[in-house]
Amino acid sequence: MSVTALRAPAPSRLRLGLRAVLVAAVLVLAAFPLLNTLPEAHPLHVSDFLVSVTGKWICYAILALSLDLAWGYAGILSLGHGAFFALGGYAMGMHLMRLIGPRGVYGHPVLPDFMVFLGYRELPWYWLGFDNFAFAMLMVLAVPGLLAFLLGWLCFRSRITGVYLSIITQAMTYALMLAFFRNDMGFGGNNGFTDFKELLGMPLNTSFARGALFYASLISLVGCYLLCRWIAGTKYGRVLTAIRDAENRVRFLGYSVTQHKLFAFVLSAMMAGWAGALYVPQVGIINPGEFSPGNSIEAVVWVAVGGRGTLVGAILGAFSVNGLKTWLTSAAPDLWLFVLGGLFVLVTLFLPRGLIGLFQGRAK
Amino acid sequence: MRKGRRLYLDGVSVVFDGFRALNNLSLIVDPGELRAVIGPNGAGKTTMMDCITGKTRPTAGTVEFGEQDLTRLDEATIANLGIGRKFQKPTVFDALTVFENLELALKAPRGPIACLRWALGGEARTRIERTMSEIGLTERAQDRAAILSHGQRQWLEIGMLLMQDPDLLLVDEPVAGMTDAETEHTAKLLAGIAGERSVVVVEHDLEFVRALGCKVTVLSEGSVLSEGTIDHVQNDARVIEVYLGR
Amino acid sequence: MTRIFLFILLLAAALPARAQDPFLSALPGLGGGFGAQAEAVERLGALGDPRAIPLLRALGDGRLLRRADGTLLVRDGATLTEAATGTTAEAGTPEPARININNRVRVALRGALGRLQLVSPDPAERLTAAEGVLRSRSAENVPLLEAALARETVPRIRSRMELALGASRLVATDPDAKRAGIATLGASASPEARSVLLEARAQNPDLLPEIEAAVAAIDRRLAIRRGVETVFQGLSLGSVLLLAALGLAITFGVMGVINMAHGEFVMLGAYTTFVVQEICRGIPWLLPWSLPLSIPAAFLVTALAGGAMERGLIRHLYGRPLETLLLTFGVGMMIQQAVRLGFGAQNREVLSPSWMQGTILLPMDIPLTQNRLWILLFSLVVLGLVVLAIRFTRFGLEMRAVTQRRAIASSMGIRTGRVDALTFAFGSGIAGIAGVALSQIDNVSPNLGTGYIIDSFLVVVFGGVGSLAGTLVGAMGLGLVNKLLEPWAGAVLAKVFVLVAAMIFIQRRPRGLFAQKGRAAEA
Repeated sequence: MSVTALRAPAPSRLRLGLRAVLVAAVLVLAAFPLLNTLPEAHPLHVSDFLVSVTGKWICYAILALSLDLAWGYAGILSLGHGAFFALGGYAMGMHLMRLIGPRGVYGHPVLPDFMVFLGYRELPWYWLGFDNFAFAMLMVLAVPGLLAFLLGWLCFRSRITGVYLSIITQAMTYALMLAFFRNDMGFGGNNGFTDFKELLGMPLNTSFARGALFYASLISLVGCYLLCRWIAGTKYGRVLTAIRDAENRVRFLGYSVTQHKLFAFVLSAMMAGWAGALYVPQVGIINPGEFSPGNSIEAVVWVAVGGRGTLVGAILGAFSVNGLKTWLTSAAPDLWLFVLGGLFVLVTLFLPRGLIGLFQGRAK
Repeated sequence: MRKGRRLYLDGVSVVFDGFRALNNLSLIVDPGELRAVIGPNGAGKTTMMDCITGKTRPTAGTVEFGEQDLTRLDEATIANLGIGRKFQKPTVFDALTVFENLELALKAPRGPIACLRWALGGEARTRIERTMSEIGLTERAQDRAAILSHGQRQWLEIGMLLMQDPDLLLVDEPVAGMTDAETEHTAKLLAGIAGERSVVVVEHDLEFVRALGCKVTVLSEGSVLSEGTIDHVQNDARVIEVYLGR
Repeated sequence: MTRIFLFILLLAAALPARAQDPFLSALPGLGGGFGAQAEAVERLGALGDPRAIPLLRALGDGRLLRRADGTLLVRDGATLTEAATGTTAEAGTPEPARININNRVRVALRGALGRLQLVSPDPAERLTAAEGVLRSRSAENVPLLEAALARETVPRIRSRMELALGASRLVATDPDAKRAGIATLGASASPEARSVLLEARAQNPDLLPEIEAAVAAIDRRLAIRRGVETVFQGLSLGSVLLLAALGLAITFGVMGVINMAHGEFVMLGAYTTFVVQEICRGIPWLLPWSLPLSIPAAFLVTALAGGAMERGLIRHLYGRPLETLLLTFGVGMMIQQAVRLGFGAQNREVLSPSWMQGTILLPMDIPLTQNRLWILLFSLVVLGLVVLAIRFTRFGLEMRAVTQRRAIASSMGIRTGRVDALTFAFGSGIAGIAGVALSQIDNVSPNLGTGYIIDSFLVVVFGGVGSLAGTLVGAMGLGLVNKLLEPWAGAVLAKVFVLVAAMIFIQRRPRGLFAQKGRAAEA
């Protein structure tokens, strides 16, 4: 028996089909900003709205992927992944705020408007360096990563698992939300950051910038997907699956469960932070509402609807649930929360393997 | 490693809520020795294994593996020192194939980065294939563990134990759910392993213990009641009383 | 209060024979010439005797009459009363004559009445009078205040009068009187007394040490007061958390079912209170009872909702806690939206019955809000009832049996499915009761529950899953820590600290304060 035969069974027809659909979907998405430049009358014209809304969904899909890595593979149901997303967004927001420079309403050369308004004399120390793009990007990854490391280290070391862990992660994002609502935290309080002007020298309100951010997001999504797929295919991926199913047994095989979970959790948090950083310049605002526990749990529903434990499922879930949300919140806004709540019930009771499970079930 | 002792338990007590699961238990296992531990339900057999593998911290007493004190270490560290354990209720990873289960157990660096960079070499593959044939699961290599029968899961777990290449194997009720032929095969396998490694087998099945042909320790109410050959302990009046009397 | 007042009156009435009663001896002057009248009014005003108030009013209104024999009568509509004794009297013949006054007497009357209000039977009048005297700060008021204080029994008014007395003594010329004033102020626990003393420092350099000592004494008392207040606030928050967490301790702690819709059940309880109140509006005699009536109503509504949810949904997910968590979260979302659509997103007003309003003043002016006091009491009663229900009823026994050994309980003929549903309904019903209590101190809005749910989970986890004693300690502990941290960390940051502390705590004791050790707890 050859190694390859032992290792990877020949991809099934379903898998091949899915892969083809995936590649096609990426190509279609990639064409969006280009089609946006066509004249409006053209049948293939893609509206500004569609470009910006799909750009947002791509960021959500990255968040869903990161959550799936933690939940679907390592069994860590985080109800606070929105916090990592928001922290990444805030780090990017700080960079964008610094880039506004003297163009703010108050025209202060360094201080953002809200600081002038709140009577700050000088930049707080933790704002230093954010004018530098590379440093800000480092923080986009480092801040969520560090938080995930601290929280994970505390929890995994003492074997807090399951619902306890979920509640703690939810409490974490709740606490962060309360903290970011405070003016004296130096992050703009209620209003957060907005009125961004430019990024990397390009003015943000142009279709060029929209396209650039769209492609950055799409490339990131593909990159994150490939990274996760690679991880899932290594022995590390199998250790994670083993931890998810029988954590204690893994310990007796000599694996440090704490280390492995921590690694996955931190990686996942960094991915979520990256998604948040891509999201903020596209929507043009970040405020403490992003930390609200509801956001995090909505992300969980994307993954659950798509099918946790499968990477394609997470992406599919993020796109389909958000598509539904965008449509419903304009068509019948009162219904949306019923539908979202109903999705939780439906998926947990009838579709434990999500939409992907539906396809797989039919294929068999 | 000091000569004459691989595993050294002295005066080990474990108290749960005032209940003494282990009471001043002492046990010495030599390098390469095969030892059977028997005893009625609640005698403390599983708790003893929990103490050795770090699942339970002893309330008092010494647990040493060679020179190494085990009472302060966690499960993973103890496993990496060279102590493998098979559980009473076989626990294998259902979502993974037989091959992958064995690959996870294979002795190799255990860190996340090492696992990410792990590449299955020819030597490792040979070892896994050899073990699979030893436990009779070669045909099932690509099947997920979830669909194995109870006996096959027992075998798989024994196989995983072998892959860990431990110096001391703790085997809890290995033949439950096995046919007579399988039981006999297991006895041979364990006897074969002993010699280069120490093996402690916990079992209810006295025929199986007889087939092992080794020194037997009888536990009762958390301490050693009797120790010796199977014939010796079977004729020990106290053992008879514990098993039959009262 | 009025009783004591009557008692004093009776006492005064019982001693008329004593000729030296200054009130009685001052009376005849009212019937004399203008000079004698003015003097008598002054005397009565300075006496601080409440009996003088109706007399002086009558004199001012021209309702004071004089018989030929010199006795004075007060006319009140058609009835006549004797001024000295307050007993009803006949007009008799000859007709009693009305007593006239001039401007000089009128001025004297106004002053006397103003000061006499300090001893008025109406507490509100006394309070206003005390505030007035405090503002005017004159040494002349000292004897009057002393007299008023001697009979004052309402703590809040007493403390204002003491403050006024101290402040009035402080502006006297006599250094001993000043010292007495400082002592009076220093014996209080009022920030106003403190500022009066601080102001007085400039005018009284020779009394500086005394003033400083008095300020220090006030500061000490203020610190104690703040401490007691903080503890009360902490316990109050704790009682709210206890109510919210009790139901969780049953559904999560006993059954192991994580119910993220618990907060929404609390909210449903609060809305039930609102609905019951609206129904009672139509039946006026029932309105004062609407809150007590809401308790069983809310229990019933949420218990039914909980029971239905358990039978319909949760039952299918036993052994899969994470799925249960998501499912119940979804249900909570739908309940919240349904209420938002049904009742609107704005706050609904639930009235407090009069016996729950107001504050109780402890010594040192420590205010305790009555509704919070009631809720504290109520939470303990509910806890007690839950403990009794679990310990001593058949249902409690079956519940414990099922949670400990489901299979054995089932084989003994206990219908485990029914027990599950009832247990869940019980826990949910208690959430509804918590909602009734919360409607008294928080805004009744669709997201009422979301603010409490995370803290409640922390309480259950803090206290040790499955232990009601632990829940009590956890709730009160969390409430106290929250409020103790607030002064120096700010309300929001205090919450953040508590959450972080909870994480560390859970990390140290994954199974809580009152964890059961041993095999049962082995995962």
